[in-house]
Amino acid sequence: MWQWFHKLGSPRWFYQISGKFLPWLALASMVLIVTGVVWGLAFAPEDARQGNSFRIIYIHVPASFLALAGYYVMAAAGAVGMIWKMKLADMVMVAAAPLGAALTFIALFTGAVWGKPTWGTYWIWDARITSMLVLLFLYIGIIALSRSFSTRETSTRACAILALVGTVNIPIIYKSVDWWYTLHQPATIKLTGAPSMHPDMFKPLLVMILGFYCFYALVLLLNTRTEILLREGRATWVKELAQPK
Amino acid sequence: MSSQSLLEFQALTFERDDWPLFNGLSGTINAGEILQITGPNGCGKTTLLHILATIQPFNKGSLCWLGSDISLCRQQYLSAIAFIGHKPGLKLSLTPRENLQWLAQLQPLTRCTSAEALVRIGLAGFEDVPCHTLSAGQLRRAALATLCMTQASLWLLDEPLTALDVQGIADLEALLLAHVEQGGAVVLSSHQTLINPLVRTLALDAMAEAEL
Amino acid sequence: MTTLSGAFFGVIRRDLSIAMRHRGDLLNPLFFFLIVVTLVPLSISPEPARLAAMAPGMIWISALLATLLALDNLFQDDFTDGSLVQLMLSPQPLWLLVLAKIIAHWLVTGLPVVLFSPLLGLMLSLPEEGFAPLLLGLVLGTAVFSLLGAVGAALTVALHKGSVLLSLLVMPLYVPVLIFGTSAVQRAVDGMSYGGVMAMLAAASAFSLLVAPFAAAGALKVGING
Repeated sequence: MWQWFHKLGSPRWFYQISGKFLPWLALASMVLIVTGVVWGLAFAPEDARQGNSFRIIYIHVPASFLALAGYYVMAAAGAVGMIWKMKLADMVMVAAAPLGAALTFIALFTGAVWGKPTWGTYWIWDARITSMLVLLFLYIGIIALSRSFSTRETSTRACAILALVGTVNIPIIYKSVDWWYTLHQPATIKLTGAPSMHPDMFKPLLVMILGFYCFYALVLLLNTRTEILLREGRATWVKELAQPK
Repeated sequence: MSSQSLLEFQALTFERDDWPLFNGLSGTINAGEILQITGPNGCGKTTLLHILATIQPFNKGSLCWLGSDISLCRQQYLSAIAFIGHKPGLKLSLTPRENLQWLAQLQPLTRCTSAEALVRIGLAGFEDVPCHTLSAGQLRRAALATLCMTQASLWLLDEPLTALDVQGIADLEALLLAHVEQGGAVVLSSHQTLINPLVRTLALDAMAEAEL
Repeated sequence: MTTLSGAFFGVIRRDLSIAMRHRGDLLNPLFFFLIVVTLVPLSISPEPARLAAMAPGMIWISALLATLLALDNLFQDDFTDGSLVQLMLSPQPLWLLVLAKIIAHWLVTGLPVVLFSPLLGLMLSLPEEGFAPLLLGLVLGTAVFSLLGAVGAALTVALHKGSVLLSLLVMPLYVPVLIFGTSAVQRAVDGMSYGGVMAMLAAASAFSLLVAPFAAAGALKVGING
């Protein structure tokens, strides 16, 4: 079993294996997302209170899930790279950062678009939205850090440290903002509670979430493969790949 | 002269930005010898010294002090080395005397007093002026004054001859020879070759795979 | 031979001596603190009631920004002249020396802010119930800012324009402290008990005191090779 783990650490092996998965992953994510989008946007029943504007949750919710899950993927990759000194894990961490940042931005943007017709305002400082904003800052911080140092080893280690610190920090921020918000805002509308959904609305959401997961995996693999090529550029197998066939 | 092995490094591998600077570098530093690291700019002389001083971690290989791995005897190792890098390591707003007194709190500098050391190194009369008023050569001398005071047996010096005048170079050579005669060891990097039978050289090329 | 306490107090004494020789620089964070607070009534409103409502937040934000401004000096100078390497090569534990540096730094930046905060409270018409929690909260809060900020400062020590990145890195860590600090003052002003909130701040300080020196020492070992 450890042999497989060590093999996993070889960027070349990973590149070859992931190449086989890619087409299937691409197909799966495309099918799921298209299905989910069409179902959710066109066929799911209208919401009693919000009308058609609720449909943006089919993008907003999966994006939020993956923005947060993606952070933990990144932090875990950083931890693995730091503890087991696995270069591939470091590459995954670096690849996951811009992807997570983009998803966080999408989540915040779609959330604002949803907020205007529903609660009358684009932005509100409740726990969830504020934590998501801080998450965006954390992602941006890691991307900035990864580009600041002159040596790659230092930047990877620094990013891993920051990612791990953020893992602890996110729940703390969520809790403290939540506490502060409930003090100041008599919540007329329960923003943080997930409304109980009718199964007909929920099923396309599930499809979308699955589709987003596949899409996340796809893009993460693509980014990691690019990172591998960038870093191992001097190795013979990469040069062979670059040869015109 | 005893040839007790003090520091031993085996199969040292270090990469910067995935470009190997050292690949399987091995060697020993024995008591009573001066090891001079030579090589063109950028070949990794400073990096090697930093690795030996444990400031820079390395990718593969091992570093042993008196037979045990550095990670197991880190405190003893740090007490036994004196490192002087490119930058003099002195606070410019303090005087040489104050700098030495402060450094004495951090490292075992008890072989002589700071006053004596400053006289020996040629800074008599400059003990109590702020370091930012000293010339580059005087600043370098003030940094080297710690060598007069240190109890450390292994000296790691990165380009110690920088900014020194002819007298200063002669003084430093005398200092190094006195140290190795008493059983210490010196590893230094320099462009200028010290001519002396006690000096061994380690030449680092663009991709060092040297075996001492 | 060197001793633990000798090294610890030696570092504090050294950093304080250096700070005293650059006395002008000491006042910079303090002036920043005063200027920001002075600009508030000029830009928003001089009405005492409105000022009082904003006072806790404004004073805390100014304290936070003043600390951030000064955080650069924690390790940067030592890195530039090579004395940071000497610090790290000491057989004395690095976390102890880092803690000494943080304490010296706080004495020179955080403490003046704390001491001047009542004056600023007066200028912003803070009701008198708010002064005690403001002082106590700022003592604990600026300590946390210095401690946690040191970790970020250590990571970015080798970077040229590290200060902007430093702000970005430590800001998420400061958010809970800011929330609790301002809430304590606000609750006191509103007549409620603020003991629980103050306890949270104290817990944050204790946690930072325990963790930050080790984290900063580790971060230095990474950051110095940047």
